[in-house]
Amino acid sequence: MNKVFIITGTRKGLGKQLAEYYLSKGHKVVGCSRGEASINHVDYSHHSMDVSDEEAVIQLVRKTKKLHGRIDVLLNNAGIASMNHITITPGKTARRIFDTNFMGTFLFSREVAKIMMRQKHGRIVNYTTVATPLRLEGEAIYAASKAAIENFTQVAARELGQFGITVNAIGPTPVKTDLIKNVPADKLESLLNRQAIHRYGEFKDVLNVINFFINDESDFVTGQIIYLGGVVG
Amino acid sequence: MDRQEILKIVLEAVSEVGEDEDKDILQNPDESTRLYGGANGNLDSMGVVFLVTELEESLSEKLGIDLTLADDRAMSQRNSPFKSVKTITDYIMMLLKEKQENS
Repeated sequence: MNKVFIITGTRKGLGKQLAEYYLSKGHKVVGCSRGEASINHVDYSHHSMDVSDEEAVIQLVRKTKKLHGRIDVLLNNAGIASMNHITITPGKTARRIFDTNFMGTFLFSREVAKIMMRQKHGRIVNYTTVATPLRLEGEAIYAASKAAIENFTQVAARELGQFGITVNAIGPTPVKTDLIKNVPADKLESLLNRQAIHRYGEFKDVLNVINFFINDESDFVTGQIIYLGGVVG
Repeated sequence: MDRQEILKIVLEAVSEVGEDEDKDILQNPDESTRLYGGANGNLDSMGVVFLVTELEESLSEKLGIDLTLADDRAMSQRNSPFKSVKTITDYIMMLLKEKQENS
C-alpha cells in the first residue's frame, strides 16, 4: 500500500535521498527545508520553512492531512551540527542547534502524533548520532541535542504506544554529506576508528534501519535506538 | 466568528470523544456538561488529549481555522478552559479574537 511520508530536511543530503527513494516506490512525500525545493515529482510537495517555527509546523502537518487524508510515517531528518570546544561555543549557536535538532523533532512529533493517534497507526523515526554515546570532544552541543532526542524518543514511545504509534531513533556514523563537510579529516578518521566497523556510513545503511523501523511488521518495536557501525550506547 | 457555530463544533467533538470513551453523558452533551477536573469531571487527562486533537482538527477542517488549544495559558490556568463545554467554547472564542486582533 502506498504510504504518506513527512520527511524534514529534504533539500539535500540523506533527506533528499530518502524522499527520492520513497517517491520511486510510489509513496507520497511531503518535505521541507529552509530553502526552495530541489525535488520535482508529482507526488512530492515542499514547504520552505524553519522546523523550529511552531506555526509553520502546524500548517505543514494540517495541510498534509487535508491533502492526503492521513500521515503514515514521519522522518525527523532535519539537523545541523557545529564543532567547537565548549569554551568558544556562542550561546546563539547552541540555541540554534537545539532549536533545529530538538525543537524541530518535538514539534513535528507532537503535531503528527495528533493525526496518528486518531488513525491508531503511525511510525516516527528520529535521528540521533554516534557522537552521543561516544561522548565526542568538540561536539558537546550537537551531542547534547541528540541526547535530548534519544530521551524524547523513549518517553514518546511510551506515551504513544497504546495508539499503535512506534517511535524509534537511528544513530548514523558519519555519512559523507554537508553535515560533516567542516569536520577535520583527522577527527573523522579517529571517530571511524572507534566504531566496530571502520568505515563511513552510506545511504543504504541508513535506509536499511529506517525501513526496518517503518515496516508494518515492526509494530512491536518502539523506543529503540540503533547506532550504525557497531557503536554501543 | 459566531459563538453558536463554535459551540456546535465543541458539542460534536465532545460527543465524538464520548463515543470513543463509551461515556453516555458525553455522547449527548450540552453547554453545562462537565469535562475535566473536579469531582464531577467526565474526562481524564487522556480524554482531554483526545478532545484537543478532535477540536483542533474539526476547527481546521470545518472552518479553516488553525488554532493550538493546548497553549501555555491553557495548561497553567487555575481555572482550566477544559472544565466544561461552556468554558472551552469561551476559550476558543477568546483565542479567535486574539488571532483576529494580531492579523
